[in-house]
Amino acid sequence: MNAVPLSWYLTLSAVLFALGVAGFLFRRNIITVFMSIELMLNAVNLSFIAFSYQLKQVSGHILAFFVMVVAAAEAAVGLAIILTVFKNRATLNIDDINSMKN
Amino acid sequence: MLLWLIPAIPLLGFLINGIFGRRLPKNLVTAIAVGSVFLSLGWVLMKVLPGLAELRGAYTEHYFTWIASGNLQVGVNFTVDRLTAVWLLIVTGIGFLIHVYSIGYMAHEGGYYRFFAYMNLFMFFMLVLVLAGNYLLMFVGWEGVGLCSYLLIGFYFDKQFATNAGNKAFIVNRIGDFGFSLAVFLMFRQFGSLDFATVFGQASAAPEWALNTIGLLLLVGACGKSAQIPLYVWLPDAMAGPTPVSALIHAATMVTAGVYMTARSWPIYSHAPMAMETIAVVGIATAFLAATIGLLQNDIKKVFAYSTVSQLGYMFVGIGCGAFSAGVYHVMTHAFFKALLFLGSGSVIHALSGEQDLRNMGGLRRHIPVTFWTMMCAAVAIAGVPPFSGFFSKDAILLAAHQRAPWIYWVGIVTAGMTAFYVFRAMFLAFFGSYRGHHHPHESPAVMTVPLAILAVLSLGGGFIPIPELLESVFPRFVEVHDTALMAVSVTAGVVGIALAYLMYIARPASADALAGRFKGLYTLVYNKYFVDEVYDAVVVKPVVNGSRVVLWKGMDAGLIDGSVNGLGNRVRGVGSILRLIQSGNIRSYATWVLFGSVLVIVAMGIAGGAR
Repeated sequence: MNAVPLSWYLTLSAVLFALGVAGFLFRRNIITVFMSIELMLNAVNLSFIAFSYQLKQVSGHILAFFVMVVAAAEAAVGLAIILTVFKNRATLNIDDINSMKN
Repeated sequence: MLLWLIPAIPLLGFLINGIFGRRLPKNLVTAIAVGSVFLSLGWVLMKVLPGLAELRGAYTEHYFTWIASGNLQVGVNFTVDRLTAVWLLIVTGIGFLIHVYSIGYMAHEGGYYRFFAYMNLFMFFMLVLVLAGNYLLMFVGWEGVGLCSYLLIGFYFDKQFATNAGNKAFIVNRIGDFGFSLAVFLMFRQFGSLDFATVFGQASAAPEWALNTIGLLLLVGACGKSAQIPLYVWLPDAMAGPTPVSALIHAATMVTAGVYMTARSWPIYSHAPMAMETIAVVGIATAFLAATIGLLQNDIKKVFAYSTVSQLGYMFVGIGCGAFSAGVYHVMTHAFFKALLFLGSGSVIHALSGEQDLRNMGGLRRHIPVTFWTMMCAAVAIAGVPPFSGFFSKDAILLAAHQRAPWIYWVGIVTAGMTAFYVFRAMFLAFFGSYRGHHHPHESPAVMTVPLAILAVLSLGGGFIPIPELLESVFPRFVEVHDTALMAVSVTAGVVGIALAYLMYIARPASADALAGRFKGLYTLVYNKYFVDEVYDAVVVKPVVNGSRVVLWKGMDAGLIDGSVNGLGNRVRGVGSILRLIQSGNIRSYATWVLFGSVLVIVAMGIAGGAR
């Protein structure tokens, strides 16, 4: 039962989240940024499930499903936007997409 | 008795003429305006006058409670006693005659409906003032007549001097009204009520300092409204209004409101000897000073304006000496002869197409005989020639003054001589000698001369209306010692004044100028009205204007208020211009801020002891 301690899951989750943040901040390619967001969401999911398992409560599972649904919706909309942006601009560099500024 | 109808009818006239007057035909405007005053007069004559014989105390009608706040209960009450009745008759009677006169006088003026609307509004407020059963309601009327006075003085609003005169009257009256309102506050504090009956019932039990203070504050109010020293300066300027206004508001009715108020408050004054003495002194000083100024005025209306100030001073002497009924008596006779003098001078001005300067008149008695003879009636009445009205009332006051303080009597006698002099000077300059003007004089229409004739009869015979006897039940008894010698002195003073005027302006026309040349300094001083306006301008007006400009406008408004508001705006803009840099539009910098924030929150939570 107590094969893997909770702290390992949480550490993994924190590492994954940090990787996601770093990817979000330092990558310019919009698809990589997008993937970083997915990574952060799933890192959170991991900690949810770990806690849920540990505390024998189902609410963590439910929340994880919510996050997955939101992530799916976000992916659908986000990828559609990326597609359109690429069609119009022929670039995926996040720093070049700034025509709303000023 | 449905007392509320008396002021309500002119109010209705005002509303109709004020709102629709512009579109109504002139005859209808006239009918509404004059008719409403006529109905008021009729109501007074039919309902109030017959009951007067039985009316010993006061008859009150309560309509509704106006203000109920804590201890303060103010009702809209109308009260009639004999004093009120006298005033009701003066206001509606003289008011009606002047309204009729105005039909002729204002016939060719613009703003005909406006004039009559204001006049009706004035009648409404004046009647409220007179009928009011408590001090607050009286104050409503008091302020209302002030408003109408302002509106009518500035009737020719396209002329700068008229609007200035209106402002002056309004502002000077504010000072008086300030005193009045303080008196009302103090009265409420002292008596817990503003009803005449309650206040007067408790007056004898109140401490003397309170009564003296109330009395003096009321006197400040009366000084403003009734043009006494030091607030008299507005009345001569008020002559900028149309002449019927001068006659109605600034001679016969409104300016006597101060006399009415002080006479009405006699239970307060009879226990406030200091206030009484002040009234008498202020009265005699005003009477004397204004009479001296009246001696040298060249504008016919200015002569009578200073005469009004002077005569109002007499009334206050009467009040101040405890002879309340004598003061009221003089109010009535003065209303007759002074209204007549003003209406007569209006007729002269009308005849000369706007000429007001006595130096450009002369010899008019052949051109406008009706005006001349009626004005002569008023002149003999005001000069105190027996047995005409002014003689009786002025004598009653002077006799009372002699009993109280002989020096007031002697100053009053000198003033009486000057009164006779300046009135006859004006008469001689206007009606005798040869005509010095250029217009062709023409007699006024009957609608103007008939009121003149009625007022002439009243001026001559008004002294036989037994006002002191009528008011015996209202005022405390004042035993007058009838002294034939004193009477002879006052008659002599009047006759000497007339004779001197005759000597200087008819027998030897050059002597007046010679005399002026002899006493050049004094002449200049009096001719310029003792420079009182200039002194007030330098001492009060200029500092207030400059103080307002420098301190209030430049300092407070532009400096502090604008400065703080604009400063706040500038700071916000300054801070914003720095904060603006954060909003770079760079998504990764936003993410950095979010991260930074989250880390900050987590650290804070860690320091605070975790998320428990």
